This record gives sequence, structure tokens and C-alpha cells, in this order.
Amino acid sequence: MAVTGTWYLVLSAALFTIGGVGLLIRRNPLVMFMCVELMLNAVNLSFVAFSRMLGDIGGQSVVFFVLVVAAVEVVVGLAIIVAIMRRQPEVTADDLALLKG
Amino acid sequence: MVEVLVFVIGAAIVLGGALGVLLLPSTNQAALSLIATLFGVAVLFVAQEAHFLAAVQIIVYAGAIVVLFLFVMMLLGVKSNEDLSVEPLPGQRIAALVGGGLFFLMVLAVLVVGGTELTGSLGNTFPDLTQSNLASLGKNLFTEHIFAVQATAILLTVAVVGAVVLVGQHMNSNKKQEATK
Repeated sequence: MAVTGTWYLVLSAALFTIGGVGLLIRRNPLVMFMCVELMLNAVNLSFVAFSRMLGDIGGQSVVFFVLVVAAVEVVVGLAIIVAIMRRQPEVTADDLALLKG
Repeated sequence: MVEVLVFVIGAAIVLGGALGVLLLPSTNQAALSLIATLFGVAVLFVAQEAHFLAAVQIIVYAGAIVVLFLFVMMLLGVKSNEDLSVEPLPGQRIAALVGGGLFFLMVLAVLVVGGTELTGSLGNTFPDLTQSNLASLGKNLFTEHIFAVQATAILLTVAVVGAVVLVGQHMNSNKKQEATK
């Protein structure tokens, strides 16, 4: 029994689903961020699997850019969360009504 | 056989960590589960001969991003436990689970039915097998994607400046208050 690319793609789909469900059911903004990271990792895994299946190094290049953009996203997102949580400690995603001012 | 073993162990670590992020009430424990997932993904990268990306995955994700998460938790003193038994929007959790399950089944069906036709024809930038993974990836990045590399550099600079501006507002307002006193 050999490990084919489809195994990796199924695992990637499962990881993406867990990340998406987590994003929907968790309320702490930090944990929601972690779930977004899970989804990004699932996509990276499928890119690398396709890269190997097709013998094309381009898929790995895309993963490189995804890593950089994920790092940027975390930096800016956490800065926003820090700015919000200083004003409203214990804030959750349900408190969107605060945006009314 | 060894390949199957590596895949099964790696997949178990990945899915276990992901379920930990999903289910553990404590934010700190969720962050540590995230490290397990990232490490498992790095193992699977090695299994697929993407050695450079595996190293970068460990350095950037586990070394920088998760540490940043933990640092923010420490800085803010986030309430460690989220009460998962309360459901503010009735039925939302069930809907999320059903939607996620349907999504997974849909992708699974496409993968199983599509089989080998799914991937289409072979790509056009074949890796040079005489070169290492790092050499061929670097060559691809700095020839075909050189503009994207430059744009990414600008993006990183903008993000750093933006983070300083966002977090620094607080300090500026403190200074102004002290000056008016």
C-alpha cells in the first residue's frame, strides 16, 4: 500500500473543515485566529501534495508566499486585538454590537 | 511501509492538535495544540520532500507566530477559560457542525470520484532532480516570482509599521494626558 497524493488531500480537507467549524463555534478572538491558521495550513498541505503529484515546484513557491502573508496577517490582527482588548477586557466575538459606538 | 507509518503518525498529530484547538476551553492549551498541528504538518512536508518548507514551517509558525499568540495572552492576561457550554446564538453550533460535515463530504466525494483526473495535466516547471529542493525552489522564486517577492517585502514593512502605529496610539494618548496635567 503506497501513500498517494489523495491521502494528503483528504487529510487537508479534514484539517480545513476543523478550522472552519472552529472559526464558527469559538468566540474568543485569539482562538478564532488560531482556527484561521489551521485553515491556512490545510491549504499549504494540499499545495505541497499537488506540487509533488504534478512534479511542479511552483506549488511550493505559493506555500512560501502563504507563509509570509500568514505572518503579516497575525501581526496586524493581534495588534488590532490588543488595541480592542485594552479598552474592553474579556471581549468576545459576540460583542460586535459595540461597533455601534 | 515506512511511508504509510509516517503518514499515519503525522496525520494523527495534525488532527489531534486541530481537535485540541477546536475543543479545549483554555486559550493557552489551544495555542499548544496548534504547535502540535504545525509540527505534524512540517513532518508531512518532509515526507513529501519539501525540506525547506518544513524548516520554515517550524521556524516561522512554531517559532514566531505561536510565540506571538502566547505573548499577547501574557500581555493582556486573557481570561484563560472560555465557557463552551453557553451558546449565545441558539442552533448556531449545530448549523456549523452540519455545514462543516457537508463541506467535508463534498470535498471527499470530489476527491474519490475525481481520482487521478482531478489533478489535470503535468505542470510546466519540472524540478531539476539533480538540484536540491532548496536550490530549485530558490531558482523558481527568484526568476518566475521575483515581482511577488518584492511585493511581499513591501507588505512585511507595511505590516510592521502598521502594528507599531496600532499599538502605539495608546502610548501617545497617555503622553498627551500627562502633558495636560
